[in-house]
Amino acid sequence: MQRFANPARFMRLSAALLPWCGLLAGICLIMGFYLALFVVPPDYQQGEAVRIMFVHVPSAWLATMVYAVMGSASAVALVWRHPLADIAAQSAAPLGAGFTALCLFTGSLWGEPMWGTWWQWDARLTSVAVLLFLYLGYLALIHAFDDPGRGARAGALLAVIGLINLPIIKFSVDWWRTLHQKASVLRLSGSTIDGTMLWPLLIMALGFTLFFVTLLLVRMRSALMAAKIRALRLAEIEAG
Amino acid sequence: MTAFATLLRRDLRLALGQGGDAASVLAFFVLAVILFPLGLGPEPLLLARIAAGILWVTALLAALLSLDQIFLADYQDGSLEALAVMPAALETQILAKVLAHWLVTGLPLTLLAPLLAFMLHLDHAAYGTLILGMALGTPALSLIGAMGASLTLGARRGGVLISLLVLPLYIPVLIFGTAGVEAAIAGLPVRPHLLLLAALTAAALPLCPPAAAAALRQALE
Repeated sequence: MQRFANPARFMRLSAALLPWCGLLAGICLIMGFYLALFVVPPDYQQGEAVRIMFVHVPSAWLATMVYAVMGSASAVALVWRHPLADIAAQSAAPLGAGFTALCLFTGSLWGEPMWGTWWQWDARLTSVAVLLFLYLGYLALIHAFDDPGRGARAGALLAVIGLINLPIIKFSVDWWRTLHQKASVLRLSGSTIDGTMLWPLLIMALGFTLFFVTLLLVRMRSALMAAKIRALRLAEIEAG
Repeated sequence: MTAFATLLRRDLRLALGQGGDAASVLAFFVLAVILFPLGLGPEPLLLARIAAGILWVTALLAALLSLDQIFLADYQDGSLEALAVMPAALETQILAKVLAHWLVTGLPLTLLAPLLAFMLHLDHAAYGTLILGMALGTPALSLIGAMGASLTLGARRGGVLISLLVLPLYIPVLIFGTAGVEAAIAGLPVRPHLLLLAALTAAALPLCPPAAAAALRQALE
């Protein structure tokens, strides 16, 4: 763990990884969008609207996964005072908020023709809306202190507390009788989605994940560079 | 245990002695509830239908407004640092402060709720559930709120920030609190809702004080 605390090593490693991640993310997303928009047949019930699912489902997965990444990075930062973990959590937060907003937006677009409503106060939708507010609260908290270190530690604590919402989101469709359907891809008895739709969905999910990793690396690298520039400026001023 | 009792007595005396803070939270609760009949019109059927929601939401906001009482004064005058170096565990002291907060906000809100429910024409069958639900749920509000209050100590615009952090975590209490009253009005069993409220408080009791203690230690660093 501490091996990766060295920013110089991280910069070298991420510089090598970044082009590959970006390239693979681009290939997956282009392929996924092509399959989802042109190749996949219309659903027998949902018709053409099923294509919204190929954006909605991966962004919902990412919304929760990014929070898990943020929460675990925050825990690492709290326990080991790992400097890169703080930067990782702070860089992931706006991306997670973006995926959550995209998930709510596409879900709303799909819900209007399918359920006949843009929004329903069921447990899954409400808990995802709470997730968005957890992201926003975290972002507000880390910028609310004059001392950035204090903001980072308070934010890390909040991110760990907010992890309690993830199982609630996941199991909300099982615990309550919701309008939102239950899990259909990850279940013990195997997926209930036909292969012609499952494969494009998985390719999109992979593309979304790689896209997130690419953006996370870019944001972490620029945060590190900004810190370095600030340190150099300060040194320049002190030298007179 | 003596440290717990001493701190509890001190906080209660501070909250009640000045006569200001505790009473103004209750005044806010009453005033905010009164705004609804004035804003919506005094239609008894409509008011009876939404009484549970009005009472719970307003109680939530009243509890939220009073959260900075828990730590802010002690943080500003430095007594929090003295508390942190005392031999008693910080978690225990936080529990004492949370209990003091609940005694001057949550408990009076619970006792006032039936009076306001009467003014809102709430169905008589639901009074017991409302009082019991608030008695079971408001401790969770104080516990979760203490966590938010300790996280935002020393922050700019702490008041707005604390509501952004705490309100999403208050949602479960609101949902089960109002669902219980609705069930009582409809003649359905209220036990599951009350048990869930009790479960929320029971889960917050061991989880929130350590989290608040961790946040306080960071604020005092």
